[in-house]
Amino acid sequence: MARPGTAAEPLRVAIVGAGPTGYYAAEALLKNERGVVVEVDVFDRLPTPYGLVRAGVAPDHQKIKAVTASFDKVAANPRFRFFGGVEFGKDLTLGDLRAHYHQILYCTGAQTDRRMGIPGEDLQGSHPATEFVAWYNGHPDYRDYVFDLAQERAAVVGVGNVAIDVARILCRTPEELAATDIADHALEALRKSRVKEVYLLGRRGPAQAAFTNPEIKEIGGLADADVIVRAEEVELDPLSRATLDKSQDRATLKKVEILQGYALRKPAGRSRRLIVRFLVSPVELTGDAAGRVVAMLLVRNELYATATGALQPRATTQFEALPVGLVFRSVGYRGVPLPGVPFNESWGVILNEKGRVLDPCTKQPVVGEYTAGWIKRGPSGVIGTNKPDAAETVACMLEDLAQGTVLRPAHAEAAAAEALVRQRTPHCFSYADWLRLNELEVSRGRPQGRPRVKFTRVEEMLAALGR
Amino acid sequence: MDIAGILATKGDKTHTVRPEQTIREALALLARHNVGALIVVEGGERPVGVLSERDIVREAARNEHLFGETVGDVMTRDVITGAPHDDLLTVAHTMTERRIRHLPVVDKGRLVGIVSVGDILKAQRDQYQGELDTLQTQFLSDERGR
Repeated sequence: MARPGTAAEPLRVAIVGAGPTGYYAAEALLKNERGVVVEVDVFDRLPTPYGLVRAGVAPDHQKIKAVTASFDKVAANPRFRFFGGVEFGKDLTLGDLRAHYHQILYCTGAQTDRRMGIPGEDLQGSHPATEFVAWYNGHPDYRDYVFDLAQERAAVVGVGNVAIDVARILCRTPEELAATDIADHALEALRKSRVKEVYLLGRRGPAQAAFTNPEIKEIGGLADADVIVRAEEVELDPLSRATLDKSQDRATLKKVEILQGYALRKPAGRSRRLIVRFLVSPVELTGDAAGRVVAMLLVRNELYATATGALQPRATTQFEALPVGLVFRSVGYRGVPLPGVPFNESWGVILNEKGRVLDPCTKQPVVGEYTAGWIKRGPSGVIGTNKPDAAETVACMLEDLAQGTVLRPAHAEAAAAEALVRQRTPHCFSYADWLRLNELEVSRGRPQGRPRVKFTRVEEMLAALGR
Repeated sequence: MDIAGILATKGDKTHTVRPEQTIREALALLARHNVGALIVVEGGERPVGVLSERDIVREAARNEHLFGETVGDVMTRDVITGAPHDDLLTVAHTMTERRIRHLPVVDKGRLVGIVSVGDILKAQRDQYQGELDTLQTQFLSDERGR
C-alpha cells in the first residue's frame, strides 16, 4: 500500500488539544524537512484556542500572551484546521479518529490539581488554585464559580508561579486589574474584595522555591500592597548554603537576594499585605460549625539532603495556627487520563516513550498514537519548553511513517472528517470563527483601554457570531 | 523540574538483571536493549547494584573467564540512588561531580526507573531551549510594541 504523505494522499493527523504544544506540534509537522505533505486537524473542547495561554497565564502578563501571534501564523497554513467546542471521548471517540486519521496526537496538558492530602481540604472556602485562575481568566466552565472574597485573610499553598499569580491578583488594586483582560465577572468580584492579607506558603526554603525571578521581583512593585518576608526564613540553612556555594547557580542566588531584600523593607502601611513564608506545610484545615474554613494548622519544616544531594522538607514538632478564611492549593498539576488511552499512574501522564504511546501490556508502541507536552512529561518548564518536547514526538511520528507504521483509516479525506465533526457538533467553532471572536473581544476592550474584554459563555460566543 | 519528568517519557520499563545471572547473559541484555548499564535487582524490584559497561571492561582487563562470572561479583555496589522528586539541577551536579553515568531512581524501596547522563543533558538542553524561545518571543513583542 502506498505510504501517505504525498500531495495526492497527505498524512492526516488529528491533534487533541489546541494549547501551545498543539501548535508547536502542528508547526513541526507542517514544516517538516522530509518533504512529507501533512494535513493537521486540531480539536479542543473549548470554543477558543491557545489552552493555558488564554485560560492560565495571568491577565496582567500580556507579554507572555504575545506568543499567540506565532500560533496564528501556524494556523494560517491552509493545511491547518481548528475545530473548537469538540471534546475527545464525548463528541469524537478514539474509534472515530482512527477511522479518519493516520496519526493521533494527544496534547491535553495537565488538567487537574494535586491534592494536599490533609484533613479539612474540602471545607468550604478551600479551593484548587487552578479553579480561581480559570475563573478570573474567563474559562466558560468556571464562569459561575463563587469565591468568598469577603474574607480578610487568604492563604495560597505553594510557591510556584501559579501560586504567585493567585496571590498577586488578590493583591492588585481594581485600577491595576481594570487595565488587563481579566474576565469582567472576576473584575467586579475583585473590586469588592475585602481580602487584606495574603499568605504564600512554601514547604522548603527560598533557594528551593519554584517561582522564577521576574515573578518574585514583580510583587515588590505592586501599587497598594506591602510584601512581607521574615528575615529568619530567608537566611539560608547550612545545606542550602553548601549546595548553592557548589553550584553557583545565578538564578537561585538572585532569587535569594531578592527575597532577602524584601526582608529588609519596612512595611509602608499599604492596604494589602502579601506575606511570603518558607519552611512551613499545612497539616490540617479547621472549619466552623457551618463547614467553612477558619484556620490552618502549619508545621515547621527542616531540610534534609537525599542521596543525590537534593534538599527535601521534613516536618519538625513545631506547629502554629494561621487564621484564614480562604485557601487556594497550588501544589502541582496532574494529567487526566483520556478514555481509551493508556495512562501512567506513577507520573500522571499518558504511558509513553519519547512521545510514542505504549501498550500497557506489551510495552510496545500503539500504532498511530502519540503524545506531547505536559500530558507526556508532566507539568514542567515554560511555554517554550513544549517546543523541543513536541519536536521530539513529531520526529517519532515521521520516523514511524517512514517505516510504514501508521493507521490505515477507512476515510482518510479532510472532507469526511469535517462532515463527521459537523454532524456530531453542529456548533463547532472554526479558526475563522475564533479570529472573528478575537477581533470582537479586542474592539470591546479598546474604549476601556484594555487588551480585550473576553467572552466567557459559549452562548455569548455563538450569539456574537450571529449563530 | 524534577527527575520524574525524565522518567515520564521513558515508558515504564527499566532494564534489570539479577545478581546470580552470568555476565554473558548481562552482555546479551545490554546489546539487545542498546543501553550502557543494567540495574541489578533482588526480589524483583529492590536495587542492589549497577552493572555498567565500565564494570565489565574493568573485569575483562584482568579476568579471562569473565563471561561465566556472576553479575553479583562484577557489579558496583553502594550505588547512589535518586528519588523522583530530586531536582534536575542537583542531580546533574551530583552525577557530574561523582562521575555517575546511570542513576537508579527508587521510590518507597522500589526501583521506578533509571536516569542516564544523556537523559540529564537532553532535559537541560530542552529546558534552556524552551526558556530562550519564550524570552525571544517576549522580547520581540516588546520591539513590536514600541
